[in-house]
Amino acid sequence: MKAQSNVKYRIGKSTGFQVLTITLAFACVVPLIFILIYILQAGITKINWHFITNLPKPVGEVGGGIANALLGSMIIIGCASVIAIPFGILCGIYLSENKTSKLAYWSRLCVDILQGVPSIVIGIVAYFWLVKPLGGFSALSGSAALAIMMLPIIIRSTEETLLMLPDSLREAAYALGMPFHRVILKVIIPCGISGILSGVMLSVARIAGETAPLLFTAFGNPYLSGNIFKPMQSLPLLIFNYATSPYNDWHDLAWGASCILLIFVLLLNIFTKLITRKWKVQL
Amino acid sequence: MESTVDNNLITRPENILGRVITSAKIRDAVKGIKRIKRSHRQIKAENVFRKTIIIIALATVVLVLGIMLTLILQSVLSIKATGIGYLWGKTWDPVRDIFGAYPFILGTILTSFLALFISIPFSFAVAIFLGEYYPKGWLPNLLKNTVELIAAVPSVIYGFWGLAVLVPIVRSLETKIGVQPVGLGIFTSSLILAVMIIPYAASLGQSMIKMVPSNLKEAAYSLGATRWEVIRSVILPYTKSGLFAGILLSLGRALGETMAVTMVIGNTSLIPKSIFAPGNTMASVIANEFTEADHPVYLSALIELGLVLFLVTVVINMVGKRLTKQFTN
Repeated sequence: MKAQSNVKYRIGKSTGFQVLTITLAFACVVPLIFILIYILQAGITKINWHFITNLPKPVGEVGGGIANALLGSMIIIGCASVIAIPFGILCGIYLSENKTSKLAYWSRLCVDILQGVPSIVIGIVAYFWLVKPLGGFSALSGSAALAIMMLPIIIRSTEETLLMLPDSLREAAYALGMPFHRVILKVIIPCGISGILSGVMLSVARIAGETAPLLFTAFGNPYLSGNIFKPMQSLPLLIFNYATSPYNDWHDLAWGASCILLIFVLLLNIFTKLITRKWKVQL
Repeated sequence: MESTVDNNLITRPENILGRVITSAKIRDAVKGIKRIKRSHRQIKAENVFRKTIIIIALATVVLVLGIMLTLILQSVLSIKATGIGYLWGKTWDPVRDIFGAYPFILGTILTSFLALFISIPFSFAVAIFLGEYYPKGWLPNLLKNTVELIAAVPSVIYGFWGLAVLVPIVRSLETKIGVQPVGLGIFTSSLILAVMIIPYAASLGQSMIKMVPSNLKEAAYSLGATRWEVIRSVILPYTKSGLFAGILLSLGRALGETMAVTMVIGNTSLIPKSIFAPGNTMASVIANEFTEADHPVYLSALIELGLVLFLVTVVINMVGKRLTKQFTN
């Protein structure tokens, strides 16, 4: 009798724990859904053609848009990608081709370190490497900081993707007498392109919302500017500056900007997921 | 090239035998030289390519060393001025040139560990749910992807949302329990951080739990263990180090998180009296004061904070990665 009740108690405990786990696991999603709904509600009504194509108005005037931030974000992200993508892919190639060399070990270690470095620290470093020597805040220095943040993701995804390709592919290409660089560029890279691409997109999604390194590199600019050697506005900077301001008009602009940024980042992530599903890359 | 020459030969019957032979010889010789030249070019290109990727791999090492060196060089001024007491100096007063980082270090530790404390049950629940209870199917897949999306939302948006939604809620909570209702403060930032760091421990944890050999689990089941008993006495002990690594990665994220914290922590340089008091973390003080720092020692003191942050996160991440690697091997 006693043994039976003991078993019942144990089964009950097990079920109880299972229910608790499931509840807690799904509770994680709740804040995300709250945030999504709240931002979409607050932001979607602000977005229209006028909002996308106009500059922010001074406090007190109705209307105004975020054209400068949109353009700035595009330029900054574009420059960062131009710096980081070739660098990252080539480094990933090295790591996948030289699995055991000493340099690969150290390089891998440094990529790991780089992945964990707080973004604000990268901002400080970019300030001393580019802002000070160039004599002022500039979009270029912001791009460089963001490029450093993109690197670990691109390198990792390239390395993992290339390692998954079968050796026979490489050997077949070598057997045809192709030189090393052509084997890599014409055979290996095209075969792994979707894995590499998903890493690139993920890195873009990550830096698109990054604010901390831009605070003292790109700095922000209330006017439309396409000069990468001058301060430039970007979406996250605009959100930060306007969200912490006491004015309701500016809050509205920030909600609209948050909405655009959020939709962009989430779409990029979901799109990447769909690509990676084919490749099963661990990022 | 080849075919055009051959065509010429065929269509020009007036070519006498001798000339054809000589031109064929010349052709072969030229072809040989061209082939040698081409393979030379290829070898050259190959070497250039090999060298380029080696240089780029080296550059990552140089980059990280450069980051460290820059931080150290730029904080020398502050290290000289304040010495080791910097770390436990209790006042931060740039006007009087007194720099003590203790309030920020305390603020960082409080927010990160509180956030970790709140998020661990959730991330472990996700890890166990995805790793053990339901590893396959569309619903777990959806949960997995959604949890990963939590990490994708930009931190500045978390901060803005916290400012607009969470701060009033915390404020009313504070009035209820009778603390000074500020809304902004360590508790609010911990809540936001807790949400933000869930995915890191969760995704590492679930891949670790999936790696538990099934014969261990089956042995436990065959002895009559319930599911919970298997989890508690087989899976959790087996994945101990992996789960710990996940916690470390989350902690690393929490320590370095800047924007969301800056927006809701209240930004004062005083030592926080309770978890509801406003404060500052190392990252948020850098974000707030870096562009305002008007004299070299002030700037240098801020960079020293960055250096401390850098070193701490490097150590935490290294230990985390080491544990993960040990586990997977």
